[in-house]
Amino acid sequence: MTPVNETGDAAAAGAPDPAVPPRDHDESEAADVPRRKSRRLADSFRTPWTHRLVERAVAAVAWTAIVAIAFIFVFVAREAIPLLYERHEDGSFRLVDLFAPRQWPGYDAPVYVWQPVGTPEKFNVVPLFVGTLKVTVLAMLLSVPLGVGCAMYVSQYASRRVREIVKPVIELLASLPSVVLGFFALIVLASSMQAVFGFRFRLNATVAAVALSLAIVPVVFTVTEDALSSVPRSLHEAAIALGARKYQTTLRVVIPAALPGIAAAIILGFGRAIGETMIVLMASGNAATLAPFDPTTSVRTVTATIAAELGEVARGEPHWRVLFLLGLMLFALTFLLNLAGGLIVRRLHRRLTASAT
Amino acid sequence: MPAKMATRGLSVWYGSKRAIQDVTLDVEENAVTALIGPSGCGKSTFLRTLNRMNDLVEGCRVEGVVTLDGEDVYGRDVDAVAVRRRVGMVFQKSNPFPRSIFENVAFGLRIAGMRDRQTLAARVEESLRDAALWDEVKDRLGDSALALSGGQQQRLCIARALAVRPEVVLMDEPASALDPIATARIEELIRELKRRYTIVIVTHSMQQAARVSDFTAFFYMGELVEYGPTERIFTRPIQKRTEEYITGRFG
Repeated sequence: MTPVNETGDAAAAGAPDPAVPPRDHDESEAADVPRRKSRRLADSFRTPWTHRLVERAVAAVAWTAIVAIAFIFVFVAREAIPLLYERHEDGSFRLVDLFAPRQWPGYDAPVYVWQPVGTPEKFNVVPLFVGTLKVTVLAMLLSVPLGVGCAMYVSQYASRRVREIVKPVIELLASLPSVVLGFFALIVLASSMQAVFGFRFRLNATVAAVALSLAIVPVVFTVTEDALSSVPRSLHEAAIALGARKYQTTLRVVIPAALPGIAAAIILGFGRAIGETMIVLMASGNAATLAPFDPTTSVRTVTATIAAELGEVARGEPHWRVLFLLGLMLFALTFLLNLAGGLIVRRLHRRLTASAT
Repeated sequence: MPAKMATRGLSVWYGSKRAIQDVTLDVEENAVTALIGPSGCGKSTFLRTLNRMNDLVEGCRVEGVVTLDGEDVYGRDVDAVAVRRRVGMVFQKSNPFPRSIFENVAFGLRIAGMRDRQTLAARVEESLRDAALWDEVKDRLGDSALALSGGQQQRLCIARALAVRPEVVLMDEPASALDPIATARIEELIRELKRRYTIVIVTHSMQQAARVSDFTAFFYMGELVEYGPTERIFTRPIQKRTEEYITGRFG
C-alpha cells in the first residue's frame, strides 16, 4: 500500500509544475506580438450602465413585493390597533370578550358567541378560529393522503402515457376559480352528501372540507410529485440493485429522500386551506357554532366572516375594528406557520444532506 | 469448470436501437472479468443485463440467453429480485443512501426481512471489514454516510452490496470518480474479493483492466470483438481492432 501512496503523492505534487511553463510561454509570446492600442483598465472598471439599469429595475420589482406586504400589514394593523385603547362610552365593548366566554343577558352560562348584529353586539373570535381550524384540519386529512398518494402513483408507478394524462388534469384542477368549486359544493356536493350521510345541516364543515380539498389536492400533489421525481435516479438504482422491490424502494428510499419536499407541500396546502375564503363562505353554512370535534355542524371561518361582514359595517365601529383584528391574527397565524414550516423543511433537509459533524 | 455466468447470442435493444449485438461470453467463477472498450460500445449495457437492471429502462428489450449457474436469468418464472440478490452491483458514482453508515449496509438485509439486531450488526461489521472500511468507520456507524470521503463512500457501496452475500458482483467503473490513492485501494479490494466472489468490472482504464482482471473482453460498437485471458489480450491480441484499441490508436 505504501509505495502506491508515495507515487500517488508524488504525482499529485508534481502535477502543478508542468502546468506552469506553458503560462510563461504564453506571456513571452504575447510580448513578441506588437501590442494593440492600450486601453486603460479603469475604463472597463464599471459594468455598462444599461446592465446596471436593468439590475436596479429587477431589484426594484423584488422590493415592491416586500414593501407591498409591509404596507398591507401596516394598514390592517392601523385599523385594528385602536381597539386596544379606544374608550367605548356605553361600555358595550370589552377587549376581554374577544377571547373569554361571557354570560350575556338572557344566557344561563358564560358562552363563546360571535353575534355582531345582536344587541348587545357579541364579538368572540374563538368560534371563528375553531371553525377555521376544524375545516382546515378536515380538509388536510382528506387532501394530504390523496395528494401524496396520487403523487406517489404518478411519479413511481404510472407509465409515461398515464402520467402525461393525469398530471395536467390534476394541475387543471388547481386553476379552477374557487367560486366555481364553492358553487359546485353548494349546489351538487351538499345535497348528495346529505343524501348519503344524512347530515342534519345541509351545509356543514365536512362539505366545506371536501370542497376545500378539491382546491388543495393539486397543490399538495404538484409539490410532492416534484419532490418525489427529483430524488436522484442513482438512489433508486442502488435500492433495486440490492434486491429491493418497487414498493420497498418507494417507501424506504424515495419517500425519505423526498421528505423535505413533502413537508413543504403539506405546509403550502395548509396555508392555502386556512386562507381560502370563497369555498368555505359558500359551502360551510356560516353558523358560528363552537363544536371543535363535531364535523357535521355548520361552521363560520375567519376568512368567510371578514368577507361577508366587512362590507356591511360602519367604518371605525368596534365591529369594523374587530374584523381587521381578525385579519391581523390570520396574518400572524400564517406567518408563524410558514416560519415553523421553513424550520421543519430545513431540519429535514439538513438530516438528508449535511455531514454529521 | 462451468462458467458462473454465461451469455449466448445476447442482443439488447433500446427502442429500435440495438445496443448489444449477439454477444456470447462466459464469466468464470472466482475471477475478475474486465469489460473494456470505447464510450458507448455497450459494455455498461451488457453489465446491466447480467442482473436485469435494464428491466427498469422503458423500451429495453433483451434477446438471447443469460445464465447464472446454468439457469436462465430471463426465464419466464424467474423473479428479477431473486436474480439481483445473487448478482450485486456497484455503480460508477457512489450512491449511498442519505442515512447512517450502519443503515446503508443493513439496507439490503432489512428489505430481505432480517430483523434480529445482533445478526444485523454482525453482518454489517463483516461486510465493512470485507470492504476494508471497518477500521475507518467503526466508531461512527451512526454518522451520515454522506460525511464520508468519495473513496470511503464507494467502499461503503461495495460493503452494502456484499452484505446481502451475492455470488457475483458487477462493478460499473467503480473507481472512475476517485483519486489515484482511493483507486488503488479499490483495486486492491477487488483482487482480495475475487477469492470469494465472481467479479465483472467495466472500466475505461486499460491499465486498470490489466492490473485487476484475469479475463478481458473488448467491446466495440455493441459487439464482443475479443475475449480471453487478460495477459494474452494485452500482449498478443488476435483481432486488429483490439490491438489498435489497447495501443491507444482510438477510443
